Amino acid sequence: MSAVDAIAPRRRLPASLTLWLGIVLVGLHVFVALLTLVWTPYDPTALSGGRLEAPSFAHWAGTDRLGRDLLTQMMIGSRIALIVGIGAVAIGALIGVTLGILSAFANRLLDDALAATFDILIAFPTLLIAMLVVAMSDTANLFSAILALGIALSAVIGRLTRILAKRVLLTDFITAARTSGTSWPGIVAEHVLPNIWPTLSVNFALQFGLAVIAEASLSYLGLGAPPPNASWGRLLQEAQGTVYTAPFGAIAPGIALVTLVIGVNLLADGLRDLADPTRRGRR
Amino acid sequence: MTALLHIENLSIASGAATLVHDLSLLIAPGERVGLIGESGSGKSLTATAAIGLLPPALSARGSVLLDGHQVIGAPDRHLNRLRGTLTATVFQEPLTALDPLLRIGLQVAEPLSRRARRDGQNLGGAELHREVLRLLDLVALPQPDRIARSYPHEISGGQRQRVAIAMALACRPKLLIADEPTTALDVTTQAEIIKLLDALVRERGMGLLFISHDLPVVAGVVDRVIVLRKGEAVEQGPVQEVFAAPRHEYTQSLVAAARAFDRALEPSP
Amino acid sequence: MSLLSVENVGFSYNRQQQVLYDISLTIRPGASIGLVGESGSGKSTLLRLLLGLTAPSTGHIRFRGEELQSRNPGFMRAYRRQVQAVFQDPYSSLDPRQTVLRIVSEPLRSLRIGGDHRELVQTALESVGLDRAVINRYPHEFSGGQRQRIAIARAIVPRPTLLLADEAVSALDLSTRVRIVDLFKQVRAEMTLVFVSHDLGVVADLCDEIVILEHGRIVEAGPTRKILQTPSQNYTQKLLGSVPRMPA
Repeated sequence: MSAVDAIAPRRRLPASLTLWLGIVLVGLHVFVALLTLVWTPYDPTALSGGRLEAPSFAHWAGTDRLGRDLLTQMMIGSRIALIVGIGAVAIGALIGVTLGILSAFANRLLDDALAATFDILIAFPTLLIAMLVVAMSDTANLFSAILALGIALSAVIGRLTRILAKRVLLTDFITAARTSGTSWPGIVAEHVLPNIWPTLSVNFALQFGLAVIAEASLSYLGLGAPPPNASWGRLLQEAQGTVYTAPFGAIAPGIALVTLVIGVNLLADGLRDLADPTRRGRR
Repeated sequence: MTALLHIENLSIASGAATLVHDLSLLIAPGERVGLIGESGSGKSLTATAAIGLLPPALSARGSVLLDGHQVIGAPDRHLNRLRGTLTATVFQEPLTALDPLLRIGLQVAEPLSRRARRDGQNLGGAELHREVLRLLDLVALPQPDRIARSYPHEISGGQRQRVAIAMALACRPKLLIADEPTTALDVTTQAEIIKLLDALVRERGMGLLFISHDLPVVAGVVDRVIVLRKGEAVEQGPVQEVFAAPRHEYTQSLVAAARAFDRALEPSP
Repeated sequence: MSLLSVENVGFSYNRQQQVLYDISLTIRPGASIGLVGESGSGKSTLLRLLLGLTAPSTGHIRFRGEELQSRNPGFMRAYRRQVQAVFQDPYSSLDPRQTVLRIVSEPLRSLRIGGDHRELVQTALESVGLDRAVINRYPHEFSGGQRQRIAIARAIVPRPTLLLADEAVSALDLSTRVRIVDLFKQVRAEMTLVFVSHDLGVVADLCDEIVILEHGRIVEAGPTRKILQTPSQNYTQKLLGSVPRMPA
């Protein structure tokens, strides 16, 4: 090297506690969800025990008001929650990111129209939009719930994408990409998306949590997937009446919800830090 | 007579990294001192430390005496008193030095009325407004009345910097600290602002701490110069001497670089 | 035969803000031209027009006779192979999420230039004074001066005939500035250079010709020597007089 300053040596930043905690919590739910595809302690519809039994050796989480094993239902709930969360975010991202990028490139008129659309949608409570969509489709099933939530989420994702993309488009490296001959689609793929991904991914994690909670709310209101698809929300609804006599039936799904949502947020934070080149090696 | 600013063995560290190492400098009343350095030299940090505005993440050791008062470790309420009356600062970026939501007149009025209050006087209403216009005129702003009614984004960068200088002067400081005040300005505007600063400082007998990386600019405005490199003072002395015959090799390379571009401007024989 | 000719070019935003008026300029092969102006002079806008990023409102810009706005397919790609740029802010002109290899090889990929890209990139990096091994590093690991070198390597890797620099050393420290200007002197030997700057000292050191812009018009233009010795316009004299000089 000629007379230029030496380049600082690289240091690998160890994966943080955040990441590990996230991996553990989410991993637990993923494992349980996958497990339910092949095995559950009991058949979810079987009346395997007495009603509202407290947790015991035979039923680790006790039984519900009909005598069905709660642990089985909670495990299946993991599967439902993950499907809903991933599905809703995927649909929301597909619609939101596409429209957001479009808006960032569009002329003033189209951009204003899209931005206004996002804002109007955001003004509605997520749950309300979801309920509207579900009501519009004839059946209340898992897919309609996922679609509904996806549409509701797309507005926030769209607005965020638009702002992030616009910011990136102002940088010199975008101008440099243009003078390098890169086409606009190439610029979006190579420069815009990778640069907005860190912030976007954290947002996806947040939306995932919101989607799971929103689905639980829908199910709680009776608009979610009907049994035997046991969503945690429905479990909560069923446990409502007996919360003083058999509290565990209400607490358990709640714990499951909380651990999954927190786990996903921690995981997203940890992954984002890991993927950020500026945090990997310092000058 | 007490020195305006007396820094002894100042060291500033961020965690394990030393940003400024064992720096000493003295500014007597009415003296004009330049702090020259490139990025990472610690020159701005030194100025910030001099008025006790280092961010909490940085730790400072040594002694910094502002008009005899120790700054290091002093509580903010003591330092506040010193800042508005003894020292005033002009920063590099005129765009961010002013509040974008307030009219110029109001922004200049604030330090004026505050300084008056501290002197035990009451300055308000029409009299305050007159003082504001007088200050704007002092910094050679055309149509002070129109400027006073304008917002920062409605005037040019050079004009904004003049407003910043006016606000600094409103505090009637004994020591003016200017941190790269002309770096963000056009070359013709820069020349005017330098001339303005020079005249005002001289007229009021103020001390001046002028921080810059631009050697010719510093040469035109100060009597003495300190060259900083990576947090250490490598050379000090009267500016003419240091530039004519730099002793430290770093200073030599800086002077050589400045002269190279200077020479290019000479009409050749 | 001119490389790039600017003919009576004017530019305004939305027909309201006129930024350039009737600019005419000829860039000959082998020239090193300094475009000098202060803020509001239109120099950066002119550069964007020369780069074909925007179209002029009036007038023409021709490259080897053909208009930049030509609808000839493949013209733009050929143009970009010949004309490259280096920008002002070393902290914003490199994609922070890409390795040096990807950054510097972008023109090769986008302009469909064949050959061993890795080898071409490493050669370019060496010619700007950087070690071959930097290809796997990320921009944040480098200083401002080093980043500018990377940006220069990216600009020269497609072997352009014309290099446009927009305040390419303005954001650098004095000692780094000297080194990068020296690098440009090297580069100037192999290609035509148009250097936009507000810094007369740098331009005088680096360029054989100077064009002075004020408020969107060319105030004065000519060989550097002549402009320095006998500036004919008031504004030029004012500019020269404003440059702070070292004490004798």
